[in-house]
Amino acid sequence: MDFFNDLVTNPGITKAMWPAFLETLQMTGISGFFTVLVGLPLGVLLLNTAKGGLTPIPWLNVVLSGIITNITRSIPFAILMLSLIPFATLLVGVSLGPVAASVSLTIGTIPFFARLVESALRDVSTGKIDAALVMGSTKMQVTRKVLVPEALPGIIAATTTTVVTLIGYSAMAGLVGGGGLGRLAYNYGFQRYDGTVMIVTIVIMVVLVQLVQILGDWLARLVDHR
Amino acid sequence: MITVTDLRKVYQQGDRTVVALDGVSLHVDAGQIHGIIGHSGAGKSTLVRCLTLLDRPTSGSVAVNNQELANVSDSDLRTARRRIGMVFQHANLMDSRTTAQNVAFPLELIGTPKAKIAEKVNALLELVGLTQFADAYPAQLSGGQRQRVGIARALSSDPDVLLCDEPTSALDPKTTDEILELIKSVRDRLNLTVLIITHEMNVVKQACDSVSLLEAGRIVEHGAIATVVADPAGRLSQALLPMPGKLPVDLPAGVVLDLLYSGSQATEPVISSIARTFNVDVNVLAGSVETLGEHQFAHLRIQLPEGSDITAITNHLLANGVAVTPKEAK
Ligand SMILES: Nc1ncnc2c1ncn2[C@@H]1O[C@H](COP(=O)(O)OP(=O)(O)OP(=O)(O)O)[C@@H](O)[C@H]1O
Ligand SMILES: [Mg+2]
Repeated sequence: MDFFNDLVTNPGITKAMWPAFLETLQMTGISGFFTVLVGLPLGVLLLNTAKGGLTPIPWLNVVLSGIITNITRSIPFAILMLSLIPFATLLVGVSLGPVAASVSLTIGTIPFFARLVESALRDVSTGKIDAALVMGSTKMQVTRKVLVPEALPGIIAATTTTVVTLIGYSAMAGLVGGGGLGRLAYNYGFQRYDGTVMIVTIVIMVVLVQLVQILGDWLARLVDHR
Repeated sequence: MITVTDLRKVYQQGDRTVVALDGVSLHVDAGQIHGIIGHSGAGKSTLVRCLTLLDRPTSGSVAVNNQELANVSDSDLRTARRRIGMVFQHANLMDSRTTAQNVAFPLELIGTPKAKIAEKVNALLELVGLTQFADAYPAQLSGGQRQRVGIARALSSDPDVLLCDEPTSALDPKTTDEILELIKSVRDRLNLTVLIITHEMNVVKQACDSVSLLEAGRIVEHGAIATVVADPAGRLSQALLPMPGKLPVDLPAGVVLDLLYSGSQATEPVISSIARTFNVDVNVLAGSVETLGEHQFAHLRIQLPEGSDITAITNHLLANGVAVTPKEAK
């Protein structure tokens, strides 16, 4: 009975939980939005500038791929976050809080998302692209009217995966000043040995991830006519 | 009308050069259906890519109604391409678009007003018999229906030339017939020039007015169906009216002749006329009779008894317009 009692009396839950939850949503929302905004064109660019792409620009492709591989593979996310704090301060004026954390989150996630978009776009058959070109499409028209619409189910799946990843990363970001559920779990669950807060935080995270996944799958099915 | 002059395409693979097209010249009059047939590796796909300028030819020219396509600037190329409508082996429809939206695609590219698009799409869907499938997605259509959508889409930019790349290779025989009939009927209605690239002789038999045989990047035989069939030594003739290569081993002694005749002669009783005139028994060993275009063609293998006057019979046949090829008798 103690556990249930604790659920309604523990200030970590009654007071701190809701704002922390909102901060997590805020971080995920802001960084998700900007990740898609920048990552989608970047994914298109990665595909189109590649050898055999619509507009091959080998040097640009090498540079972009190089940066992306280094951000995603070589640098651990936690270190990337820390190293980006000065940049976040420069950009949004503060070094702490969910908005500042969103800057690092966005930069850390864009390469990951761009790669997923690139591979979704790559699945569009060359036959469709040839057909569009033969009908007199410009390269821009091929991109906007064929590549992206035909790859939309894959792009939505990529967005879902990215948002799920962001929820996880945002918890990590919480530890380095972002706030949110990650910070809460750390402060109460780890530092004060408050198991109840820890468990509730975990349950909320799991449910949130599940909801995002279900919504994403539903959207992907909705636009998939294959 | 489409005119291809000395088209060459050379691929450079490291220090190896592949001559995929080695001086292809071709002329197809308006309203004609021309077949280009060739084995795997002959250069069919390369020819298609050069005709649509998906690949730039190494040299040579492609002209539609005397307007040059191959040597235009990149920006003129898009307009030039609209003169050629293209039908693909696997239709290559956009899966995210309905039938109507697929057909509308070429019109959207040039910013045609919505009302005009709707009107044109409806007319085209009626032409290909898919009005009730306007809102269906490609995944909900059969292969034959998808190919019909592909044809409607190819026609929506009012091209002068319809280029079909293996249009029936993925279809069953009945659907193949339907698609070929559709291609013929749109040709008749719109006076299109049609090029059909295929590896199936059946397609040539059913749909083409003239044909070219492509081999190792060159056109080695070409002409109207009636002309190419009439040459018994020609490869196209042998493919169009095939004859078993070997004589049966248990064949009784006698003289074997292959007869090839066409047009009105095919309806005349060639066999019985030999029998009556020369008072010999004629044994038919093999043969194929086909209607190609408007004409009927027959390729017969007959056997005459030993001691028949072969020279006289041959002369009689030649005088009646029948090509005679003696076969080695056992
Ligand atoms: N991009 C390329 N690079 C190098 N060689 C090529 C290229 N495309 C085609 N070839 C060569 O050109 C020749 C003709 O090929 P093509 O694909 O046109 O034949 P095809 O008649 O279409 O054969 P299939 O019926 O098998 O499709 C082949 O020898 C092929 O290897
Ligand atoms: Mg081919």
